[in-house]
Formats: sequence, C-alpha cells, structure tokens
Amino acid sequence: MRRSLLVPSFAVALALTACGGSSAGEEAASTSSSSAPASEEVSGTLTVFAAASLTDVFGELGDQLMADHPDLDIQFNFAGSSALAAQLEQGAPADVFASADEAQMARVTDAGLAGDAKPFASNRLMLAFPVDNPAGLERPETAGIPSIADLLDRDVTLAVCAPEVPCGAAAAEVLDRAGLGDVPDTYEDDVRAVLTKVQLGEVDAGLVYRTDVLTAGDQVGAWAFSEAEAARNRYPVAVLDDAPNPEAAQAFVDLLLSDEGHDALTEAGFFEP
Amino acid sequence: MSRAPDGGRIPAPLLVPAALGTAFLVLPVVGLLVRAPWSSLGAQLAAPGVGEALRLSLISATLATLVSLVLGVPLAWVLARSRIRGRSVLRALVTVPLVLPPVVGGVALFLVLGRRGVLGGPLYDAFGISIPFTTTAVVLAETFVAMPFLVISVEGALRAGDARFEDVAATLGADRWTTFRRVTLPLVAPGVAAGAVLCWARALGEFGATITFAGNFPGTTQTMPLAVYLALQREPEAAIVLSLILLAVSLATLLLLRDRWLGRAVP
Repeated sequence: MRRSLLVPSFAVALALTACGGSSAGEEAASTSSSSAPASEEVSGTLTVFAAASLTDVFGELGDQLMADHPDLDIQFNFAGSSALAAQLEQGAPADVFASADEAQMARVTDAGLAGDAKPFASNRLMLAFPVDNPAGLERPETAGIPSIADLLDRDVTLAVCAPEVPCGAAAAEVLDRAGLGDVPDTYEDDVRAVLTKVQLGEVDAGLVYRTDVLTAGDQVGAWAFSEAEAARNRYPVAVLDDAPNPEAAQAFVDLLLSDEGHDALTEAGFFEP
Repeated sequence: MSRAPDGGRIPAPLLVPAALGTAFLVLPVVGLLVRAPWSSLGAQLAAPGVGEALRLSLISATLATLVSLVLGVPLAWVLARSRIRGRSVLRALVTVPLVLPPVVGGVALFLVLGRRGVLGGPLYDAFGISIPFTTTAVVLAETFVAMPFLVISVEGALRAGDARFEDVAATLGADRWTTFRRVTLPLVAPGVAAGAVLCWARALGEFGATITFAGNFPGTTQTMPLAVYLALQREPEAAIVLSLILLAVSLATLLLLRDRWLGRAVP
C-alpha cells in the first residue's frame, strides 16, 4: 500500500521541475491509484498545520478520516503559511504541513524538517469586489478572460495580501505584470483579511483566491483575469520527519492525494496542482 | 527599634513569587537580546522602511496619547466626582476596549467610522472623506485601545486624592471648572502622567485594531508592531531586530520622561 506512493511522488518531482501547466492533468490522474489505507493502525492525535485557505476543505477531509478511524483525533492549526513555516522552524510539533506555496514549504524542507513535498492543488487569484460595486468597476465585453488592467481603475481602493505571505507574492506578480504595482492601499496579513474588507465594503476591490470567492458565496462579486494563471500558487503537502504520529500523517496525506481528496478540493474551487 | 532590621527585609512568601514574576517578565526580553543577530544589526537597521515605521509609530502613539488626555481626563473626572446616574454602567462601558480583542475593536471601528459606517458613511457620502487606511485611522485605533488605561489611572488618582481641597476651594468661591483647573488637576498630575505613559506604551505596541481598521501600508499605516509581525513571517531575525529597536526607543523615552516629568512629581 505504502509503496504505491512512490509513483505519485515521482510524478510530482517531474511537475516540480517542469513549471509548465501541461503535466498537471497527468499528474493528478496518477495519484488516483492510491486509495485510503483503511487497514492501517491509525489512532491517537494527528496535528496538521495548514494554510488558512484550506480551512474548509481540510475540515471536511479531517471529519471523514476521523469517521473512518474512530480512535483518531485531528488537531488543525490553520494560519498563514509563512506564520506556520516560522512556527515549524521554531520547533512546533506537527505531523503534516500543507503550505499555500512552494516557497514556504521550501523553508521547512530546507531546514531539514521534512523530506519531499507533494503538490496536491493550486489556486488562482480573482478580483473580488463588494456586491454593490461602489467603484463602478466594469468588465469589458470581450470574449475570453480580460487583463486585470482592463478591470481595475488606478484610483480604486485596493486591498491585497502582504508580499510576505503566499497570496501576496502572487498578487505582487500579477500587479507587476500589469504595471499596477502602485495601486494597493493596504497589504493585509492574510487572504481572509482581504476578503473581510471586501465584504465590509471598505475597499473597492481585493485580490483573493478563487476558493475564497466560493466561500463568500453571494456576498462578493468576482472576476477572473488573465494574469492569474501565470501567478498561480501550488499547494504542497509533506509529512514532517519528526512527526509524532507518522501513520496517521501518512493516512491524511494519502486521503488528500486520493480521488476523494481530489474531488473535495475541486469542489472547493481548487485547480489541479 | 526592633522593627528596624526587619523593615528592610522582604518576607519570603513575597520575595519568592516576586522574584519568579520578575524572571517571567524579564527573561523573554533577555531571550530577544541573546538571539539578536548582532552581526547583521547594522544592515537590518538600514533596511528600507524601518525608520519610516518607527517614525510613524512614535507620531501616532503620541497623537493617540494627546487625544486620550483631552478626552480621557474629563471622562475620568466624571467617573470619579460627578453624581450622574448610571455611573458604574458608564465605567464598565468605557473600559470595554480593555477586554475586547483588539481585532474585534478594529471591526467595530469599521462599523462606526468606516465608509459604510454609522458616522463614516455620511462623512464619505457628503465630503468623500474615508478614514480607513489612513494615518488618522491608526491614531483612532490606538486611541480606542489605549485610552481606557489613562481613564482608569486618572480615575484611581482622583478617588485616592483628598476631595477636601476641592471643598475648600469651593467654599472660597471657586466654581467647579476653576477648582478642576487650579486644584484638582495639579493634585492628580502624577496620576495623569502615569496614565499617559501607560496609554502611550499601549498605543505604541498596538497591533490588532490597527491592522484591521487602518490596514498595512508602508509610511501611512504600517507601524512597528505591524512591521514586526510581517517580518516574523519572512525572516524572524529581522523581526527580533525591529522589536529591539522598538524596545530601546520606548525604554529611552520612558526613562527620559521619568526623570524629567514623573521624577519631579512622584516623591
């Protein structure tokens, strides 16, 4: 059962080196061979450090795993990936780390705290705005996905994530590409803070993940834009070397990379890794 | 005479917890000093944005203290001396920011002063003035969180003060405003000073309400605590350096003030 994981991790290594998106579909298909190892002894407490944007979908998967293994208790620590990476560097005990980008995962693997990480999803930014659209933003009548430069006026109040956190790194890349690097009015500490300010109507627009837009439902409007694809961030997951509960950690990662995990991620709005 | 040698000694049941308390409060700061990257200190200090964040922090904390003094001292007087009904409810209400998580305080400020807020909405519609994401918002957030410290200190000083001086002033024909200016205020000056220092220190360290209500933009709303928090996510060493700068500046300011101001007032 365990050995079958070598296949996806090999495919992952390929996907990591080749930055193009073409191999993503193949890679996801190959992960489907691993199914949840229900026969394993999985019990005790499992501690999962995960990016804030994974809150809802990981909660669901965690409930499912606990239903399959009644003796298992899962503790989630959801926060900005950078904050989590810093906590792990400082020796926080955890079994699994799921980061919102590869840079923060690299901090953990470079520090020798985890072996290879496997990407399991990716996310793209969207331009979210309050439902009543106070700045009167307009989407041009074109076929295909417009550039963010066509959606955003320079004088709007714009919230983005701080460049220190993954969504902010992606936002900076998007805005730099479009020549709009000087438009943001506030650099928030995580993506949910951006979403809150959009929901409250205190900013005209914000750059948030597609998954956040789906979470917010009809409380915000949102448009996709063309620069998001190139600036998308991949979510890697790794079992930490010093995991107190490696069996449960592996079971969680297996579930995440299984068909079920893939479906849950897709439903939440994530893209292929 | 028999009390003299004992008077200088601290009883063991007090000494041990006091020593533990001191260690608990001081050791983390020592930890910062030990872990500080002294070799790269110069480079970290010269990093862009550090001076800006420090300047903004000092200015906004000082402005927040001034606003708190102007509004908080009269409020403390009302709480300590007036006989209005519902005074204890009023006291509970104005100390709510002490227990409210500052992030919630920031959201609450949005609901009142944001551009969709109860007061901020009409202001925005009529004049196009939007308070969030400005330095004004930083000062307001800090004032919201820090003013209760000043109010409580000053109210305590007023209650502990001898009201008979005020009665004497009244019998000599001074009205209540004159009494307040010429008698009450000088009497409680040390309490006001102590409260102002507490208030300033709390404002200087304010994080939650500021990042929520004022956002985070270098030079406009990014104060030192915000810079420290974000640096911590990227590079903990930089965060330690920023914290040490904040620590050094606040200690220097407080020591200076104590000598100049508190030192004269407090025996």
